[in-house]
Amino acid sequence: MVNTKVSLCGIELTNPIIPASGTFGFGAEFAEIYDINVLGSFSFKGTTAEPRFGNPTPRIAETPSGMLNAVGLQNPGVDHVIAEELPMIKKIFNKPVMANVSGFSINDYVTACEKLDSQEQIGWLEVNISCPNVHGGGMSFGTSAEAAAEVTRAVKAVTKKPVIMKLTPNVTDITEIAKACEAAGADGLSLINTLTGVRISLKNRRPILANVTGGLSGPAVFPVALRCVWQVYKSVNIPIVGMGGISSAEDVIEMMMAGATAVEIGAVNLVDPYAGKKIVEDLPAVMEKYKINDLSEIIGVAHG
Amino acid sequence: MKDTVFKILSNKSIAANTYEMVLAGDISDITAAGQFVNIMLDGFYLRRPISVCNAEDGKLTLIYKVVGKGTEYMASLAEGAELSVLTGLGNGYDLSLSGDKPLLIGGGAGVPPMFMAAKKLIEAGKSVTVIMGFGRAEEVFYKEEFEKIGAEVRITTVDGSCGVRGFVTDAMPEDYTYFYTCGPEPMLKAVYDKSETDGQFSFEERMGCGFGACMGCTCKTKYGNKRICRDGPVLTKEEIVW
Ligand SMILES: Cc1cc2nc3c(=O)[nH]c(=O)nc-3n(C[C@H](O)[C@H](O)[C@H](O)COP(=O)(O)OP(=O)(O)OC[C@H]3O[C@@H](n4cnc5c(N)ncnc54)[C@H](O)[C@@H]3O)c2cc1C
Ligand SMILES: Cc1cc2nc3c(=O)[nH]c(=O)nc-3n(C[C@H](O)[C@H](O)[C@H](O)COP(=O)(O)O)c2cc1C
Ligand code: FES
Repeated sequence: MVNTKVSLCGIELTNPIIPASGTFGFGAEFAEIYDINVLGSFSFKGTTAEPRFGNPTPRIAETPSGMLNAVGLQNPGVDHVIAEELPMIKKIFNKPVMANVSGFSINDYVTACEKLDSQEQIGWLEVNISCPNVHGGGMSFGTSAEAAAEVTRAVKAVTKKPVIMKLTPNVTDITEIAKACEAAGADGLSLINTLTGVRISLKNRRPILANVTGGLSGPAVFPVALRCVWQVYKSVNIPIVGMGGISSAEDVIEMMMAGATAVEIGAVNLVDPYAGKKIVEDLPAVMEKYKINDLSEIIGVAHG
Repeated sequence: MKDTVFKILSNKSIAANTYEMVLAGDISDITAAGQFVNIMLDGFYLRRPISVCNAEDGKLTLIYKVVGKGTEYMASLAEGAELSVLTGLGNGYDLSLSGDKPLLIGGGAGVPPMFMAAKKLIEAGKSVTVIMGFGRAEEVFYKEEFEKIGAEVRITTVDGSCGVRGFVTDAMPEDYTYFYTCGPEPMLKAVYDKSETDGQFSFEERMGCGFGACMGCTCKTKYGNKRICRDGPVLTKEEIVW
């Protein structure tokens, strides 16, 4: 029997597979078709202090081996999540869940995280800093080491839960941001969020997405994600949750060899709603194939 | 929702750029006219959503227009090929509200879901009129199929080459109890403006998942945000915000 257990910021996962924020809703649609307790955990839809409608449609465009999304953080707001979604999740999922939080000001992050901190179902706060900082000139928090550190410090001050900062790859040097988050007290890092892209309709001679730009994810980004995890693993001493294009148990192992302690799977859930379950089920056989007895032993092993 | 492998029984051109595909497989999750399926195609990342045209006796009929690379690939598939299809998606039409003389209005690629709706309504003893709008005569399909099940068919073409010249709204009768419609959004809006009874509209949106997980397809209604793929694609006239 191989051991698929890993420990993420002090919380044990029966396996490292975590559906990624924005691709799993609050779990309900998937719980209808399989027992989602087979998953290590899941990261729920990016939640903000206030409810958000998000961007106008079209919000989705296809790309070679992937997709663009410009959902724009549609979510019912933190109060609704606590009042409605968490009790619902309790019925379908009996493990700690990862709370994904977004904001457009430091205050937004603090408000949402403070409220979520009191919820015992929540294992980790995953803080998405790819959003524009409306008080800081609209640049994403995650593209400035200083702003990323500021969010980290502010969130750490209001929660006892492990804080995992979710990094954007749309930067010159991701290790700089990673190091700034670590120095500011982050317990872990999660990467990568989507890469900014555009598609244009030949027929309409206009961008397909109403928002013009969207975030690229899916297998197309896998090597970029691996590269980011590789670089960040070399630069910090806190655990990494690796994601971007993972679609198979083999991809999970490759991502862990690059340095990830756990992984998230995003777009693949949308095209194959059973993907989470399949990857969890495939993992032991693939581990055996590559002579891995204990998954924790391969974290970062490719660095030699 | 169910993920099922379907086998293609036939796949043939039935009008200009328009194909009918009949598949064999588990159709048990298809519970209402107006629902759709989401089809995985080799070489394409996202699935393609297509309305259920008919589902009976273990057979699923789809009618699709070739508009891009994915549907072009679908048209190239041979009998015997297998496809991964998510079935049972969307709410579908609530046919219980039809009254005795429902009006069905389909425009182009919006005609297919009207077939299953017409069939079920006729089976329930309703007197069904179907208006089908196309660009020109070469695009017209399924006239005989609708007539064979007992629907009164009215065709409109923009160029007048078949049936009434103009749009579906130019062929709307005076007397109907309720309506069901599917087609391009400008057509839906025209039907909305002209109709005098309540009715139901089926919408299209670009989809990430097709089953409610990604928020890729959300629209605003009088009763809050709805996902076209899960809370729709059918919305009632009364809840729509244009
Ligand atoms: C609920 C629903 C039911 C549908 N039923 C039918 C039907 O019965 N018959 C039919 O001919 N067509 C139907 N369509 C439209 C059909 O999904 C598109 O024509 C098809 O996806 C185009 O794929 P493509 O690769 O050929 O085009 P491309 O333009 O190359 O596709 C690129 C991407 O855009 C998406 N896309 C393009 N056009 C549409 C569209 N109109 N709606 C949604 N996504 C789109 C594709 O799925 C793909 O992800 C339906 C759409 C929806 C949402
Ligand atoms: C439709 C969609 C919505 C997403 N929403 C969020 C979100 O709300 N918060 C967040 O941190 N990341 C969000 N993401 C990013 C994913 O969590 C993930 O970081 C990214 O998609 C890369 O993984 P993948 O290639 O496996 O999809 C979203 C991605 C998609 C495709
Ligand atoms: S397409 Fe994903 S929620 Fe509708």
